Amino acid sequence: MRNLPIDPSTIPGWGIDADPRNDPTYPMRDRSRDDDTGMSWERPPLQTRRVEILASIEHNRLPAVLGTSTPPRGLSGMIRRQAFKYSESQWTHWLMLMAADRVNVVEGLVDDVGRGRIPNVPAEMGIRSELAHNRAGFVEKVAIAGAVVGLGILLARVTRPHPHGGRGRRV
Amino acid sequence: MLAMNYRGPYRVRLDRKPVPVCEHVQDAVIRVTRTCICGSDLHLYHGMVPDTRVGMTFGHEFIGVVEETGSGVNNLAVGDHVIVPFNIACGKCHFCKQGLFGNCHESNAQATAVGAIYGYSHTAGGYDGGQAEYVRVPYADVGPCKIPPTMDLDDAVLLTDVVPTGYQAAEMGGIKQGDTVVVFGAGPVGIMAARSAWLFGAGRVIVIDHVEYRLDFARRYCPAEVYNFRSIEDPVVFLKKTTDSLGPDVCIDAVGGDAAGNALHTLMGTKLKLEGGSAIALHWAINAVKKGGTVSIVGVYGPTGNMIPIGNVVNKGITVRANQASVKRLLPKLIDHIEAGRLNPKELITHKVPLEEIADAYHIFSAKLDGCIKPVLVPPTARA
Repeated sequence: MRNLPIDPSTIPGWGIDADPRNDPTYPMRDRSRDDDTGMSWERPPLQTRRVEILASIEHNRLPAVLGTSTPPRGLSGMIRRQAFKYSESQWTHWLMLMAADRVNVVEGLVDDVGRGRIPNVPAEMGIRSELAHNRAGFVEKVAIAGAVVGLGILLARVTRPHPHGGRGRRV
Repeated sequence: MLAMNYRGPYRVRLDRKPVPVCEHVQDAVIRVTRTCICGSDLHLYHGMVPDTRVGMTFGHEFIGVVEETGSGVNNLAVGDHVIVPFNIACGKCHFCKQGLFGNCHESNAQATAVGAIYGYSHTAGGYDGGQAEYVRVPYADVGPCKIPPTMDLDDAVLLTDVVPTGYQAAEMGGIKQGDTVVVFGAGPVGIMAARSAWLFGAGRVIVIDHVEYRLDFARRYCPAEVYNFRSIEDPVVFLKKTTDSLGPDVCIDAVGGDAAGNALHTLMGTKLKLEGGSAIALHWAINAVKKGGTVSIVGVYGPTGNMIPIGNVVNKGITVRANQASVKRLLPKLIDHIEAGRLNPKELITHKVPLEEIADAYHIFSAKLDGCIKPVLVPPTARA
C-alpha cells in the first residue's frame, strides 16, 4: 500500500474548526454554569420504581429515570445483589458481576429449554455469514476443534487407570 | 415487536418482545427507522462489559419516528423523525449544565462513573436499546433532534454516535494548525476522527491498524497516511522515526478494549477479562506521543483496571483527554458540516441489513468479514 503526499489545503473544510481557544480542550470545567452547591439542581419528576433496580452504593439517591430492562433474577440475580454491596471502586464488584453474567448465560439456555425452545446456537453465532464469507476459516476452526477433542479423548484413554492395576495401555 | 435478544457472548437473535411504553412523563416511544451496530457493541457481544444481562436488547445508534410522548414532553410531536443521541441526559444536573451530556447524573442508577447509554448493559443504566422496531427514549425533550428535511437518513443515523465521537476525539486533541495527528484504529470512529483532524487544521494525519481493507478505505476517505502495525516492527519506534524522533503532537485511541497487537494484553484483557480490555493501542499512544503532547481517548474500556505506562504520562508531561461524546452539544455543528459537504458519513456504510438478519450482521462486523466497515440495520416496520 502506497501513501501519496497529502496537501491539507485541498481537503474540504481544512482548518475551519481551528480554534486557539481550544486549549485546554473539551471536556473542561465550565465555571460559569456549575454554581450549584452539591446536588441542588432542580430535579426532573421521579420515575416510579416498578421493577427491582440495583443501585451503586456511591449514589445517595436514585436517579430520576430508571432503566427497567431485564431485572435481576435467579442465581445470577443473587450474585448481582451481592456485587452491589461493593462500590464501583472495588474489583470484587465487577468480578462478581462478570461471574453473574456467565451464570446468566446458563440460565438463559435452561430458560429456553424450559419454554420448549432449543436454541439454535450456530444461527445465533451467525454461522450463515461465516459460511458465506469465511468458508475456509470455518473449515479450519472445525479441524482445529476436532483435533483438540481427538487429542483429549486419546489422552484420557492413555491416562485411564488399568482395571488390573498399572498406568493404562500404551499406544 | 421484533427486537434483538442477547443470549451470551457471541450469541444474539431476534425475538418478539412487548412494545415499550412511556414509563416517565418525559419519555417518548420511537419507531426505529435505522439502527447501527457500533464497534463498542462488540465489547458487549464479546462479553467484556460487566452486568450485561441475557435478554437485553442492544443498540445505542438509532433514529426513528415519534409514536407516543409522555405528558411532560413539549418539544416533540407524534410523527417527528428524530436523531437520538446515544447518551441519556436530563439537561438539568450539575454535569448536563456544563455540556457534559455524556456524564448525566440523573439517568444511571447502577454506576456513577458512567452516564446512561441505550442498550449498553446495566453498567450503563439498564435501558433496552434501539436494535428493535420500537424503543423507549427518556428525557425526550432533551436529547432527540429533528432530522433536517434535506438530510439523508443514512447520514442522520451516524450522527447518533460515530460522527460526534470521532469529531470529539479530534477536538479533545487540542489540535493546532500543522500538528501531526496519529489515530489508532481504522474502524468507523477512527476514520471519522482522522477526517475531523483536518477540520481542526492538522498538517499530517496518520492512521494505524492491522486490517488492510480498512486502512485502504481510510487512506482514500480521510485522506490519511496509513500503516499496518503488523508490517512495522514497533509502532512507537516507527512513529518516532517518521516525526523526526520527537513523536506526534496528538495521539487518538479509537480502538478501546478489543485491541490486537500484544499477546499479554490479549490474554489478560480479552481472554481472561482481568483487565478492562486490551489496552495496547493506548499503551502505544502514550509512548509515541511527543513530550507535552496530548492523548485523546474515545476507545471504550471496561470499568476495571488496565496495564498502561502511567509513569510515562507523568514523565513526558502528557495531557490526557477522554470522555463519551457529548452528542447533543455537537449536533448543530456537525449537521452544518454534513449539509455543507465537509463531512460525508454515509460513505462509511458498507452493509445495510434487515433487522431479521442481526445475528449474521454481528458476526460479519465482529469477524471483519466481507469488507465490513459499518453495518446498518433496517427494521421491517421501516421497510413497509
